[in-house]
Amino acid sequence: MKLISEPYILLTITIGIYWLTKYLQNKTNSVFLNPILITIIAVIAILKAAGISYDTYHEAGKYIEFFLKPSIVALGVPLYLQINKIKKQVIPIVISQLVGAVVGIISGVFIAKWLGASDAVIISIAPKSVTTPLAIDISTSIGGIPSLTASMVVMVGIFGSVAGFKILQLFKVKNPMSKSLSMGTASHGLGTAQAMAISQRFGAYSSMGLILNGLFTALFTPIILALLGFI
Amino acid sequence: MIRQLFLILVCLALGEVVVYFTGIKIPSSIIGMLLLTAGLHFKIIKLKWIQGIADFLLDNMVFFFIPPGIAIMCYLDLISKEWIPILASVIGSTVLVLISTSFTHQVLRKTRSKKPNTDK
Repeated sequence: MKLISEPYILLTITIGIYWLTKYLQNKTNSVFLNPILITIIAVIAILKAAGISYDTYHEAGKYIEFFLKPSIVALGVPLYLQINKIKKQVIPIVISQLVGAVVGIISGVFIAKWLGASDAVIISIAPKSVTTPLAIDISTSIGGIPSLTASMVVMVGIFGSVAGFKILQLFKVKNPMSKSLSMGTASHGLGTAQAMAISQRFGAYSSMGLILNGLFTALFTPIILALLGFI
Repeated sequence: MIRQLFLILVCLALGEVVVYFTGIKIPSSIIGMLLLTAGLHFKIIKLKWIQGIADFLLDNMVFFFIPPGIAIMCYLDLISKEWIPILASVIGSTVLVLISTSFTHQVLRKTRSKKPNTDK
């Protein structure tokens, strides 16, 4: 086994790149130094150059990934702290999530279709806005390719976390609750993590988007795709 | 710290138990999140029992998504065949969801707050 494929070395590289980009981003305020994007690209480039497979990398990556599910559970804390505010907003939240879920499924499918995607890609892209385990279940149930769906979910998450708040700013969305809620709707856990990085209050609203859009997308995807004649 | 870790893992494990017995199509982590919210709300769990670990997990959440992000390298061949529709759909649809959701929420919120006392 090559020295570089030792888990501790791969972990050091991953954490090192992330820490360095985060440090540089804080220093320069540059949009291009997004820590998650740079780290993913850099680590993939290193693995490809060194001829290391993802399975080998996973022996190291699993120690980081271990914290992913507990961190989603921990979102229960900001959710608890904001519960009274959320209760007052139930109707606007639920309606906006219904809109987001339907827009997400239909726009994803039609953009892919218009640009000439194959049926497998069109179906696999439908549940892309929701968290990976859910998206994979939905994809399987409608006859998509789960691994393709999983990679689209990651792309949506990275794009949302890198550009989401800037897009909302560009379209002059002012209300903090609307902004963070839609981050969770549009880009699931990664959008929520980005909202969490601003404040726990933002994280709580974003969790609501993550949960409700997950539920609505699971319910609506088979119906909408059947109505549109894709399945 | 051990007790804090234990409480988070209990919520996650209970989430797994719920998924196992009901066959419900919701990730165990999201059920765990709702169980933790309920536990705090009904004062079964005290906030100070988990505050430390929750802050650590929440502050570093973005970082924990790195390994699943790197997993995209397994699908590069699959994506590269139809990368234009895939990329356009991922970006275009995400922008549309962001705008439609936030606008709907913002507008409904404003209309509601115009009526006095409805929030009480």
